[in-house]
Amino acid sequence: MVAVAETTVPPPRRKPAAGTLYFIGRLFRDKPLGAFGFVICAIFLFCGIFADVLAPYGYNQISPINRLKPPSEKFWLGTDNLGRDMLSRCLYGAQLSVIIGLSAAALATVVSVFIGIVSGYLGGKFDMVMQRFVDAWMSFPDLIILIVVVSVVGPGMGPVIIILGLLYGIAGSRIIRGAVLSVRENAYVHAAQSTGASLPRILWRHILPNVMAPVIVLFTTRVGAVILAESGLAFLGLGVPPPAPTWGGMLSGSGRSFMYLAPWLALAPGLCITIVVYAINVFGDALRDLLDPRMRGSR
Amino acid sequence: MQAYIIRRVLALIPTLIFASLIVFITVRLIPGDIIDLMLSSNDIGADKKSREQLEAALGLDQPVVTQYFRWVGAILFEGSLGKSLWQNTPVMEEILHRLPITFELGIMALIVALVVGIPIGVYSAVAQDTVGDYVTRSFAILALALPGFWIGTLVMVFPSIWWGWSPEVKFTPFSQDPLKNLAQMAIPALILGKAFSAVTMRLTRTMMLEVMRQDYIRTALAKGLAPRTTIIRHALRNALIPVVTLVGLQAPVLFGGAVIMEQIFVIPGMGLLLLEAVGQRDYPIITGVFLIVGVAVVFINLLVDLSYGLLDPKVRYR
Repeated sequence: MVAVAETTVPPPRRKPAAGTLYFIGRLFRDKPLGAFGFVICAIFLFCGIFADVLAPYGYNQISPINRLKPPSEKFWLGTDNLGRDMLSRCLYGAQLSVIIGLSAAALATVVSVFIGIVSGYLGGKFDMVMQRFVDAWMSFPDLIILIVVVSVVGPGMGPVIIILGLLYGIAGSRIIRGAVLSVRENAYVHAAQSTGASLPRILWRHILPNVMAPVIVLFTTRVGAVILAESGLAFLGLGVPPPAPTWGGMLSGSGRSFMYLAPWLALAPGLCITIVVYAINVFGDALRDLLDPRMRGSR
Repeated sequence: MQAYIIRRVLALIPTLIFASLIVFITVRLIPGDIIDLMLSSNDIGADKKSREQLEAALGLDQPVVTQYFRWVGAILFEGSLGKSLWQNTPVMEEILHRLPITFELGIMALIVALVVGIPIGVYSAVAQDTVGDYVTRSFAILALALPGFWIGTLVMVFPSIWWGWSPEVKFTPFSQDPLKNLAQMAIPALILGKAFSAVTMRLTRTMMLEVMRQDYIRTALAKGLAPRTTIIRHALRNALIPVVTLVGLQAPVLFGGAVIMEQIFVIPGMGLLLLEAVGQRDYPIITGVFLIVGVAVVFINLLVDLSYGLLDPKVRYR
């Protein structure tokens, strides 16, 4: 018997790459709208990463003779009041959005996972106090917290990423906590407890892998929320300060009074935000339906 | 019901304590030295006040714990949020003056959301998986992605270019000319209600689909009740209960969106007050607006929970 057990070959582990390909296949077959969102997200990511190569001009390349030129062959999306190419600015804007969106969403996810897992798994008094804090935190509008904190620490890329990360991290911890509450009661968790596994080990090896589906979905939807919030903040003049080409910032500030002369200034940045956020949302919805059927229909 | 109300009100206390701590810590502890910043960047009026005067005005000359309890004490026992640093007017007075305007905007946006979101949500559920359902659902996701400030900007720019028309930016209070005031608030309320109606539509649809699968709906249809009556009288009434909670969940979103709408359409509400105060680093006003908005949301959620208890007996006896 022992010899047989030793010769048994363990089933080969499926390579992660095959899993990803299979998943993308399912996405295209079952969720056409989500697949569309996925493609747009990929294009957005590509534009963000290769903005330096793709952009025909610099994002702050001022050219007084080319002020307020309408869209043409030379300037696909026209130029602004300083003669800067709008297409280049939008592309560099994508770069900023990618950086801020991904890093703030990553920070938010880490914060959510940490609070959600610890609070959900430990339960008891700690959970109760933590949840009252989250309640209070969620009573404050995102944008108002952002405005207040930026007014105190000053605008800039770093502060915006950290604040957005904390902001959405604390709010999102509810979703992870909910998932942990149901995972916590599984037999394998009790088994780990009874064999004397340490707390970090249980959380890391048994709880976390089993709440990965909502974590991935949370991360995806957060990227969209972060981009939307960042652009709102930039619109109010409290985001990454100019001349950085943030999409929100391009709709406000000095360019605003020129929109009546050059309406194309008002179109491109807004379209960029809408398309990207739309794509992330539909992709996130599809991802949720495929990965985590329990969350279907919720938001 | 009484026990439910008492329980719910008691649960408010820790939330409010945390809320006050969040406000206090964010505004007072993060700045390494706001005073230095104020003096160095030559804020308006900063040169007229000495460092000591500014520190005293912000209460920074006291230990942190004393500062917190003095601040909370003043709010609880005197109803005072301090005075504006530069105008010297009581902050509470200024806020009470501006709060109704923001509330009006919020309530109008809420009406837009319900009037647009509920019927479309019901339609989408009844016509599940038809072209109409897909179109309305796609529009809802699109409405969520459209930034309010962009729509606001387009409304300011394009009608003015095409027809020489632009929205009124001189604010008329409701008490002075209700019709003119409502006309002025209509556009920002529509834009503010856009994302909210999309959320309402999605939730109404989900809840309708769930309720329509229940046995009592099948019974109603089986006994020959007209589908329209079944949908409206039996399904919708039950499906709408969770929609009530949306009002509580969306209240902070509305407050946040109101800041942007007030900025674009120059409406002198809480949002504009906050932005003006941020521009002048008027910390007592910033703190005051921050706290009042948070407390307002907490109380809106209390009202929502209590009405939920009235609407749904299951909640009351839990």
